[in-house]
Amino acid sequence: MRAIICALLTGAFALPASAATSGAVASTTVFLIVVFVLAVFVGYYVVWSVTPALHTPLMSVTNAISAIVVVGAVIAAAAVSADGDATRETWTARGLGAAAVFFASINIFGGFLVTRRMLAMYRKKS
Amino acid sequence: MTSDLAALAYAASAVLFILSIRGLSHPESARTGNLLGMLGMTLAIATTLAIIAPDLQPVTIALILVAMAGGATIGALLAARAPMTDMPQLVGAFNALGGGASLLVAAAAYYSPESFGLAGAGDAIRVSARSATELSISALLGAVTVSGSAIAFAKLNGNMSGQPILLPARHVLNIALFLGIIAMIVILAMSHGNLEYAFWLVVIFALVLGVTLIIPIGGADMPVVISVLNSYSGWAAAALGFTLSNLGLIITGSLVGSSGAILSFIMCKGMNRSFSNVLLGGFGAEEAGAAAATGGEDRPVTRGAASDAAFIMKNASKVIIVPGYGLAVAQAQHAIKEMTEFLKEEGVEVKFAIHPVAGRMPGHMNVLLAEAQVSYDDIFELEDINSDFKTADVAFVIGANDVTNPAAKSDPSSPIYGMPVLDVASAGTVLFVKRSLGSGYAGIANDLFFHENTMMLLGDGKKMVEDIVKAL
Repeated sequence: MRAIICALLTGAFALPASAATSGAVASTTVFLIVVFVLAVFVGYYVVWSVTPALHTPLMSVTNAISAIVVVGAVIAAAAVSADGDATRETWTARGLGAAAVFFASINIFGGFLVTRRMLAMYRKKS
Repeated sequence: MTSDLAALAYAASAVLFILSIRGLSHPESARTGNLLGMLGMTLAIATTLAIIAPDLQPVTIALILVAMAGGATIGALLAARAPMTDMPQLVGAFNALGGGASLLVAAAAYYSPESFGLAGAGDAIRVSARSATELSISALLGAVTVSGSAIAFAKLNGNMSGQPILLPARHVLNIALFLGIIAMIVILAMSHGNLEYAFWLVVIFALVLGVTLIIPIGGADMPVVISVLNSYSGWAAAALGFTLSNLGLIITGSLVGSSGAILSFIMCKGMNRSFSNVLLGGFGAEEAGAAAATGGEDRPVTRGAASDAAFIMKNASKVIIVPGYGLAVAQAQHAIKEMTEFLKEEGVEVKFAIHPVAGRMPGHMNVLLAEAQVSYDDIFELEDINSDFKTADVAFVIGANDVTNPAAKSDPSSPIYGMPVLDVASAGTVLFVKRSLGSGYAGIANDLFFHENTMMLLGDGKKMVEDIVKAL
């Protein structure tokens, strides 16, 4: 299981680990940068298509989805040291992780629900 | 769960987030989009739990559940109870929480790198230099977002004056803080993460920097500030994605980052000011002094009562309503809707004209009008309606000022010269609902008050509109 996390978190899921060292395939870091650049472009074009009337819901929904850091927060809250024990460091990480889960959950629920509440108000001519 | 499957699940959730933003291109598709966003988040959380399932202990399960339930309760309550006029503060608070979560995760990864697969080789190396750098950048962005958003929240919520606070030598101070942060990041990276003080100094310097960056920015520039902080919260998540090599975080963080950046760009364009001009702050502080000195002039002003306004509008064939921040302050959106209904019954054509920077956040006026159930078909953006003022009999300005100031077109010495404004002066009559004859936020006198076809309706916006409704 630790191998899975390590593999996943070091990007081996996207490229065969052995391929990363061969000349034809980019390294993991470069791969992540490529994804980042493409995502910025996708974001750029998608956001320009948002109508100005919905800019406030756009901000509240991006609040909710930026709480994707909950993914890291959950891993932190479940921290275990290499030998499976809980040390002072893992307890520190768990505490910080739990606080992060708490903050991110406020954003997830608050962000999506307030967006839903706002969008329900937008209506056509009756 | 295999790592390939997990990666695909994260990619699927990122696609769902893209679709949720794409849905916002129209109010009808937006509701479905929001549901897709929720689905994406559920998928991402479920995937993460599946990955760490073998490592979960009863105590950590309890920790996660309690934190999540607590956050969910508070979030749901905030979402259900916050009045629409308070949306800017709420978004400000959410920005702070998002940045805070990134900061905390970065700190957790610093303390327990092995949980994230970041542990360096050997006892002397805590994390690699690369991870140390990435961790500090995540922490830096998170910390700036937290303290900056806290200040923005306090300004928007009225816990703090909206006036710019100008520290002496603030630019030097900011540069010093920035250099200090860079130095600490280098020290941390060189020590392979072993020098704990360097990590926390990055955090502390960044928290101070967030404060010093935001306090000199005045209240009316908040639409830009809140968009920029929204953007930062996204970049903080993306930086964390690099630290953890998680594609879901990188893609989603960049989406949010570009969204905030584009909104800030639109807001700056709406004020004809550059990013740096807004972010360096101080706008409105110097000008207010100058305007106070020249503001004492006694020029004739036509004042009117609610009954006059009602009479003029009843006999008009086309009325364009221009709302501004004052509408939110006076909570006059429902009264305005009622007035619109009465006018429509009289056969008057009523439209709304919204300036990009009206209010305290992008789209602020649209949400308030939507709350009052004004149809979005009646609401127009600046460029779509500006030519309509020529054919309108009445421009009804409520709580807006600088966005209607003709000086932006005619007076090159005006601080707002070049800003796109609503061309209300070309309407037959301008009805100006305002609390006093004082100048707007930017401290600039508005010549429109003294035009012969302008009638000033002085008083509280909500009460004035209610009186007009009675007179109708």
